[in-house]
Amino acid sequence: MSYPETYRYTKEHEWVHLDGNHATVGITEHAQHELGDIVFVDLPQPGTQVTKGHTFGSVESVKAVSDIYAPVSGQVLESNELLSKSPEKLNEDPHGDAWLIKISIASDPAEINALMSAGDYQKYVGAE
Amino acid sequence: MINKVSKHIVQNEPLIFERTSPGKRGYQLPELDVPPVDPVQALGAKNVRSEIEDFPEVSEFEVLRHFSRLSTWNYAIDLGLYPLGSCTMKYNPRVNEVVARTEGLAWAHPYQPEHLSQGAMQVIAALEHALGEITGMDAVTLQPAAGAHGEFTGILMIRALLESRGGARSKILVPDSAHGTNPATAMMVGYSVENIKSNDRGVVDLEVLARAVTDDVAALMITNPNTVGVFEENIRKICGILHDKGALVYMDGANMNALVGVARPGDFGVDVMHLNLHKTFSTPHGGGGPGAGAVAVAQVLTPFLPGPRLRRAANGWTWNYDCPQSIGRVRAFYGNFGVLIRALAYILAHGGNGLRQATLDALLNANYLRTLLEPHYQIAYEAPSMHECVFSDDRQAKKGVRTGDIAKRLIDYGFHPYTVSFPLIVRGALMIEPTETESKLELDQFAGAMISIAKEVEDNPELVLKAPHSTRTPRVDEVTAARKPVVRWRPAAAASQAAD
Amino acid sequence: MLDVIGLRSQEDLVSYLPSEVRFNGRLRLENGKSEYEIIDYFKHLADENANGYATFLGAGVYNHYRPVLVDTVVSRGEFLTSYTPYPAEISQGTLTSIFEFQTMVCQLTGMEVANASMYDGSSAVPEAAMMAVRITRRDKILIARSVHPEYGQVLRTYTQHQGIPVEEIKYSKNGRVDLDDLKSKLSEGVAAIIVQTPNFFGILEQLDEISSLAKSKGALLIVVFTEAVALGLIEPPRQADIVAGELQSFAISPSYGGPYAGIIATHEKYMRQLPGRLVGETTDAHGGRAFCLTLATREQHIRREKATSNICTNQALLALMATVFMTIYGKQGLRELAEQNLSKAHYLAAKLPLRFDAPFFNEFVARTNGRSPEQINAALLEHKIIGGLPLGRFYPELDGCMLLCATEMSRRETMDTVAQAFKGGRA
Repeated sequence: MSYPETYRYTKEHEWVHLDGNHATVGITEHAQHELGDIVFVDLPQPGTQVTKGHTFGSVESVKAVSDIYAPVSGQVLESNELLSKSPEKLNEDPHGDAWLIKISIASDPAEINALMSAGDYQKYVGAE
Repeated sequence: MINKVSKHIVQNEPLIFERTSPGKRGYQLPELDVPPVDPVQALGAKNVRSEIEDFPEVSEFEVLRHFSRLSTWNYAIDLGLYPLGSCTMKYNPRVNEVVARTEGLAWAHPYQPEHLSQGAMQVIAALEHALGEITGMDAVTLQPAAGAHGEFTGILMIRALLESRGGARSKILVPDSAHGTNPATAMMVGYSVENIKSNDRGVVDLEVLARAVTDDVAALMITNPNTVGVFEENIRKICGILHDKGALVYMDGANMNALVGVARPGDFGVDVMHLNLHKTFSTPHGGGGPGAGAVAVAQVLTPFLPGPRLRRAANGWTWNYDCPQSIGRVRAFYGNFGVLIRALAYILAHGGNGLRQATLDALLNANYLRTLLEPHYQIAYEAPSMHECVFSDDRQAKKGVRTGDIAKRLIDYGFHPYTVSFPLIVRGALMIEPTETESKLELDQFAGAMISIAKEVEDNPELVLKAPHSTRTPRVDEVTAARKPVVRWRPAAAASQAAD
Repeated sequence: MLDVIGLRSQEDLVSYLPSEVRFNGRLRLENGKSEYEIIDYFKHLADENANGYATFLGAGVYNHYRPVLVDTVVSRGEFLTSYTPYPAEISQGTLTSIFEFQTMVCQLTGMEVANASMYDGSSAVPEAAMMAVRITRRDKILIARSVHPEYGQVLRTYTQHQGIPVEEIKYSKNGRVDLDDLKSKLSEGVAAIIVQTPNFFGILEQLDEISSLAKSKGALLIVVFTEAVALGLIEPPRQADIVAGELQSFAISPSYGGPYAGIIATHEKYMRQLPGRLVGETTDAHGGRAFCLTLATREQHIRREKATSNICTNQALLALMATVFMTIYGKQGLRELAEQNLSKAHYLAAKLPLRFDAPFFNEFVARTNGRSPEQINAALLEHKIIGGLPLGRFYPELDGCMLLCATEMSRRETMDTVAQAFKGGRA
C-alpha cells in the first residue's frame, strides 16, 4: 500500500491534507481494507462544527459500523456527495476521489503537522 | 457422506404481484343486508381513494399454492435440529396451537366486560403465579411483547425505584458478553452504559466489578447462565456488591431454560428479570415473532410494575388501573395473550417435576455435544457448560476457514447453522444450543456433520469456503442489498424509472 | 450419553453449582397434564369468557372475518417453527413473504418503504416519534387527543426519560384535531405531530390542513391508524412523513389484546432511521433473485447502545397472516370489504344520536341520552350482544357517550336490537 507523502495520518486511520486554511479528510487504504465492503457512509452537513478527536460520522460494512474521528477542529465546508450514491468508491480510491469532508480549520496548523507522516503511519499499521 | 438429507424437487414461484391478473379474486363476501352507502357521499370525494395500485389479484387456490411453495424454501425446527445458541429452538407442541385458538379465548376483545373475561384473566393470573414460582420472584407482569421490551420495562422500574429513593443515578453496567439489546435498552431509559470486561474464564471478574460499582451506578444487567453458557458462580457475591452500593441487579433471562427447577434468580439476589416465553416456554418463533417478555420482580419493585394490574376482588378478577407509582403502560392492552396461553399450556403439560427434567435434559444434550466436538473444535472456556456450548474457530482459521463458513457448510448436511460470531468476546464464536427436545440420533448426526466438516477444513477448505452447495438459493449478495437497498417490489416500468 | 460425558447421573450436571444458589425444593406446580386435560382446561376457561356473543366493540381491536386459508398457511411448520431468517440460503420463504408484506404496506399507506413489522400499533407510535426526533434533531412531540388513548400512554412511557416532552392537542366540537389549538402549540422545537385517521372516534382527520401547519414549522407529520380495513377505501395518508399503524384487522384474532402486528412506513430518504427488521432484494451467486435481511447496522446487535431501537424481533407470523389476508381480498376485495363496513356502520349510526358531526368510517360516538352506557350495555348482554365502549373511562368529558363499531360481521337484526336499546324500549 502506498500513502501520499503530503498527507498526515492519525492512529484512528484517518488522513488529512492541508491546503492553507482548508483541510481535506479521508480514511486510509489500511482502514478501508480492514472494514471490507463498505455499504454506507454517514457524513455531517456543511456548516457542522467538528472537534478534534471527536466522532463526526461513520462508515458501515454489512455487519459493522465504525466511527470516524476528526483529526482537526473546524467547520465542515463540504461533504463528499459521491459517497452517498456510491459508497463502494471508498474501497476503490480512499486517498483520492473518495475523500470524506473538507473543513475550514480552527486548529493550529502546527498541530496538524505533528500528526504522523506517511512513513510513520506505515510503520504504525505494520506494527498494529 | 451426508446421510441426513438428499435432493428433491423444489418449486419455483414468482412474487404474488407477478402472479396477478386483473379481475381475479379469492374471496366471497356475504350479501349486504343493509342499504349500500356511497363512499363519496359519506366521506367526501377527496377522502376516497381510486384504487390500491398494483395490489394482488389472484384466486384462492393460487394464494394457497403461492405460500405453500414459499414455505418449502424455509428450514424449520419441525424439519430438524436448529442449534442456534441463545435462541432455544425446541419443539413447539401442537396442542398449544389448538388451545390458543379456543373460540372464547382467541376472539376475546380486550375491552369486553370483565365479568365476561374471567377465563382470559385466569390464564394471566395462572401464568403470573407459575412464573413467580419458577423464578422465585414476588410478582410478574406479562405486558411486554418481547424480551427486549421486557428489558425496557425492567430498567424503567429500576429507574422509578431509584428516583423514589432520591436519585435515578446515571450508569448501567453491562458485561462485554451481553446481548446487544442490553446496552440499547439502557440508552432508551436515559442511562449511559459502561462495559465490564469478562475474565479469562468467561465470567464477570469480581474485582473489576467492585471497582466499577460507584455511587452513580443504577444497575448491573447480567445474563445467567451467561452467553458463553457458563453459570456465573459468584452471582450471590455479585448481587451483594451491587446491593451494598444501593444499586440493583437486572437479570437477562434469555438462558433461563438452563435454570428452571434447578436454581431461582429470586433466591440468589436478582431484583428484576425478564423471561422469553418464546424460548424457555416453547412458544413458536414464527420466523421472528411473536414473542412475549414476562418480567418478574422482587417485592421492592412491585409498586412500579406497568399498569393495569390484575387483582382478585370479591366477585372475581378485575383490572386495577389505580397504580400511582407505575412506570405506565409499555403497550396497549395486557400483553401478547395468545403467546401467554401457549406458555401456560407448556407449563401445565410438564408440571413442576417435568420442567426440572426438561432442564436436565437440555444440559445433558449440550454437554454430550460438547464432549463429542471438543476433540475437533477449540472450546472457548474450560468452565462446565450448561444448556449451550461455545467454541472458537481458532483451529479452522489456520486454514482460512471461519465460523461463518462452517455454519454455511452445515446447511449442506441438513442442519440450520449455530449462532455465528456471538458472543463477541470469543474470537470466531460457534455457539451451539441443542435444547432438550433432540434425540440422541439427531445429536449424533449433528456431531457427525461437524466432525466431517472439521476434516473437510483440513483436506479441502475450498469446499467449505464456497458452501452451501446444495440449497435452492446459494450464497446471496448482502453487500449490494445494503449498498442499493430495494425493500419493496415495483412494476417493471416503475422499477426501471426508480433506478435512473 | 452420560457415559460419553463421564458422568454418573444427570444430577451431576448441576451438582457443581454453589450450594447457596441451588434450588433444593420442588416447584409448587401441579403435576404434568395429558393433552386431553390441557384442552379441557382451556375449554373451561373459554366458557367463563364471552362465547358466541355479537359485538360492537372496536377501539383499536376489530371483529373481522378471518379467511380459513390464513390458518392453513401459518400452521405450516416451515413458517410457524422457523427462527428469524438470518441464513438467507434456507430462509427464502420467510424473506420473500416479508418482502411482499413490506410492499403491500407501502401500497396500502402510500409510503415508499416499510419495515418488517413492529410489536403492535401502540409501540410503533413511540418508535415513530423517536425516529422523528432523530431526523429533525428536535425534541418535542405533539399528539392529538383523538389518537387511541392507550397509544398516547405508551408514548409517554417510552419518552419519559429521553428528554422528549409530549403535549396533547385538543379535539374540536366535531371530533377532529382542533387546528387552532394545534397552531398555538406548534413551535420550531416540535419534532412531530401525531394524529390518527380514522381517529379514535372513527372520524377522518383533515390531513391536508394539519400537514401544511406541520410543514410551516418544519415538523414531521406522523399518521397513525388502528383500523387497517379503512385503507381499502380512504385516500392513503400521503401527507405523512411517517405512518405508524396496527394490522390486527387483517386476519389477526382479537386474542384479548395481542399478539398483533404494528407497522412503520416512511419515505425513502428516512429509510436508515427506521427501527426494526428490513428485508431487501438482491441476487444469489447464480444471478437469481434472492432476498436477505438488510441495513442491519441500524440494529442493536451491531450498534448496541447507538442503535435506532432496542427492538430485535418483528411479528413475522402475524405479518404473514396479514399478507395472506391482503392477498386473498386483493385489490377489489379490500375495497368491497371496506364499503360493507362503511354501509353497516352508517346504517346503525343513522338510528342513534351522534356526538360528533364529521365523516366517519366504521366507528362513531353515540350519546346515550338519559341512560348510562352501562345500562344500555347491560340490556344488550341479555341478547348476547356486547355493546360499545363507554368513553368516560378515557375521556371524562365524554361520560355518557359510547364508541360503537360495525363491521361486515354485524347483522342488520342485531343492529336493530342495539337501536332499540338506545331508545330505552324493550330491546
